[in-house]
Parts: sequence; C-alpha cells; structure tokens
Amino acid sequence: MTIAEILSYGFIQRALIAGTLIAVLCAVLGVFLVLRRLSLIGDGLAHVTFGSVAVALIFRINPVYVTLASVPLVLLSSLGILKLTERARIYGDAAIGIVSSLGIACGVLLASVAGGYNVDLFSYLFGNILSISSTELAISALLFGVVMIMVALFYNDLFAITFDEDLARSSGIKTDLINKVLVLLTALTVVLAMKVVGIMLISALLIIPAVAALQVARGFRATIVTAAGFAVFSVVAGIFGSFALNLPTGATIVIINIILFVLAFACKRFFLK
Amino acid sequence: MQLDVLAIDGLCFNYDGNRVLDGISFRVQAGDYLGIVGPNGSGKSTLIRTVLGLAEPAEGKVELFGAARAQFSEWRRIGYLPQRIKFFNPNFPATVEEVVRLGLLAGKRIPRAVTRGDDEAVGKTLELMGITGIRRKLIGDLSGGQQQRVLLARAVVGGPELLILDEPTTALDPETRENFYLLLERLNREQNTTVILVTHDTWSIGKYATRFLYLDKKIIFAGTFDDFCRSPEMTSFFGEHAQHLICHRH
Repeated sequence: MTIAEILSYGFIQRALIAGTLIAVLCAVLGVFLVLRRLSLIGDGLAHVTFGSVAVALIFRINPVYVTLASVPLVLLSSLGILKLTERARIYGDAAIGIVSSLGIACGVLLASVAGGYNVDLFSYLFGNILSISSTELAISALLFGVVMIMVALFYNDLFAITFDEDLARSSGIKTDLINKVLVLLTALTVVLAMKVVGIMLISALLIIPAVAALQVARGFRATIVTAAGFAVFSVVAGIFGSFALNLPTGATIVIINIILFVLAFACKRFFLK
Repeated sequence: MQLDVLAIDGLCFNYDGNRVLDGISFRVQAGDYLGIVGPNGSGKSTLIRTVLGLAEPAEGKVELFGAARAQFSEWRRIGYLPQRIKFFNPNFPATVEEVVRLGLLAGKRIPRAVTRGDDEAVGKTLELMGITGIRRKLIGDLSGGQQQRVLLARAVVGGPELLILDEPTTALDPETRENFYLLLERLNREQNTTVILVTHDTWSIGKYATRFLYLDKKIIFAGTFDDFCRSPEMTSFFGEHAQHLICHRH
C-alpha cells in the first residue's frame, strides 16, 4: 500500500491532524515541565484521567464526549497537586504520587463497580488514535487553540519561572499564577493526549521529545521548536508505521520517541561536544 | 529631602520558631553603595529576600522607593543578582542573550513582548559587560566568571536604580572577583546606580562600599568602613586581631 493510499483513509487523516496538534502541545509544555522537574505530572494527571474516564463510562456518557467530561476533574486535580506542594510542604513528586494513586485507585474501584474493564476503557488506557471521530478532532482543535494561545500569552513568564522562580518573582511576575497556568494547560493536554498514546504512555509524549531536544538544541526557543519537531515526527511516523506493520499506534509512537532520544544523545556525545 | 530608595523599620523574621532577624532598621538613599557583611547564618540573605518579597517578615516595615513593599509594583527599578550556585541549573538550555533579555520583563505587561528597543538594550549591556562575543552560547557552557557576568547583565539590562546582589562572587577566582567589583563600582559611579551588596568579602566592601553594615541577626554596626575600623566598640566586639584582619587593606 502506498502512502497516498494510506492518506486517502479518513480515519488516517483525522489521526494525523489530531496527533500533530497533540504532539506540538505535549512537546511545548514538556520542555517547561522537564526543566521545572515536574516531568511526572503528566503521568499523575493521566492516572486521574483514568478515574474520570471510568466515571464517564459508568454514567454511560457518549464516548465522543468522554474527553470533555474528564476536563473538570483533571483540572481540579492539577490544582490539587500544586496545593499539596504549597500547603502540606511536600515535594512535587510526592504530591504527584498522592494524586496519581488516588486517581488510579478510584478508576479501578469504579471500573470494578461498573462490571469490569471493557473495550472503551482499554482504548483510553492504551490509546486508539485511529478511532478518533470528527467531533473528537474538533474538540482537539479547540483545546489546542486554547492551550497555544495561553502558552503564547504567558511564554515569557513561563520562561522566567522555569529559569529561576525567585528571579521571576523579583521581577514582579506572579509566579503562583503562572504555576497554575502551567499545570492547568498540562491537564488539558493530558486529557487530549489520552486518545493518542493512552493513559499509560502520556508521560512519554510530554517527557521524551523535550529531553531529546535538550540534547541538541542551542537556546530555549530552539529547544521548544526542536521538541515540537521530534514529537510531530514521532506521531506521524508512528501512525504510518503502526498502520503498515499492524502494531499498536501508541506504543509505536513511544518507541520512535525513544529512538529519537538515543539518536539525539549520540549526536550530542559524538558531534556537539 | 532625598527620597529613600529603601527604608526598613523594625524588621523581624522568624524561621521554625527561631528569630533570624531582630529589629532591623536602616535606610538607603540614591547613589549609596551599601555593603552588608556578617557571619554564616547572620540573616543577610533572609534580609535581602524580605526586601524583595521572597520572604514575609514577622514584624516591621519595608518600603521601596517610598511605597510599602506589598504595594510596590515598579520592579523594573530593581535589579537582583542572587548567589549563583544556589539556583543555577548548568543544563538550562538558554543562550546568554535569552537570559539577559529576561531582565527586561519587569517593566512590561503580559505577553511582555520583545521590542527592537529591547534588543538594543541587550546589545549595549552585553557590550558593557564585555560578553558580546558569547551572546549565542548556552549559559551552561560558560565559566563561573562568565556566568556571573551574564547574570549581572540580566540584573542591569533594564537600567535599575537599585541593584541588590547576594554574595555574587562566591566561587569566583580572585581576578574575576576583582573585575566584577570594578564593574559594580563603575555602575555606581557612572550611572548612579544604588548598590546593596551582601558578601563575606569584607576586604572588597572596605575598598568599594561607601556605607557598611555588620549584621548578626541584628545590626551590630552601621556607618562607613573607616568608622568601623576606628570604632573602639567594634574593637571590643571583634577583638583587636579580628578587627585588624577585617580592616586590613592590601
């Protein structure tokens, strides 16, 4: 089958568009999260998403709207992680661990109450980008627009708090507000990404392109652009590769990301130093 | 009457039930070069963090340019250079230019867009600091002295009236340290930038600062460095030998 023939399928077109949008979002936010040592927040919020998907499935919410139904709970959880860090004086990774465990425990309990794991729940756990509908694509495009506008508006503030929070505060930047913006945008992105790589592998899309870009990029803006390039390549190549070889798409995307990271690391090790 | 750049009255700060700062009061006026010294744990950095709003005092008032700190919003008037090793991530992917440009965010509204004027200001500051040749290098690839110049450039690029430096020369070799102090003196003398310098380096304080404050949870001495060296109270406080070591100029 030629690439043109593959591209003629509507579900492939939708998967490529949605995948590209989500790859860009994950990569851009991933650079900030990795440098702020909040890499695993995506994982934690993904586990909360598991709980919220279970709730949505119990209430027999139309699968098309499960993504939207998950948004409020995941947004609240992201703020919960910040509050735990501030108020309970615990480190960010521990706060992520607590919220993550709560999310997955609730998800398992609710799934059990609802009569066990079904096909829908599995598609969220491991991703099923090839099944994205036109409505889900429209929702993805809308959320992509919201997140990118916010990132553009707060880019300099996000850069400043990522470089050093105290320095940012001494410049009059409201660091508490910007931290909230970062985790809320991450929460929205996680909800979007669950259909691409699945809840289990979301953190890969947030972390690996950013870490790969950090190996080779020269400058902060360049790191973000490079990470986005890596992420888009991995998603596009993953969709084509998985379709051609009849492999699970989410896992293929993650493996391609890992290969890109190894290549970037080798490039830094042997050519850039 | 000249407006105080910084006025502190009765400032107290507690940490875990212990008093770290006790009844601190002093004023800084435009053009002053104030050196703050004291032993480890004397509260020097806490004092600076309180001034900058990074820590909340238990008691007392802090005023910046005549406004209570809580109401103060003109942060572009203040440049801050923290102790390098405390915060610096050596793998941070920003170029020198990007780091220096961060110093211009204070005076802007969201989205704090960069203007052509900003690029000119960055260029001039890089030139002033003698780091134009490394503008496209990653900050993590620089030597300690170069990194500190970059961070000083970030602090002064917005043309602040008050420059606050917290142990800026830690981990610098003697020659780089001396050059750094000369740069600060130039800013103070030629651009009338008010400087508050926290340091262990009492020799440099004596050489460059016009005013001197010895802190050990409370103010032990405030005045000029010469007054400090001639003060019999300080002789009895430190002992003759220690005072001689502090005051000895090479």
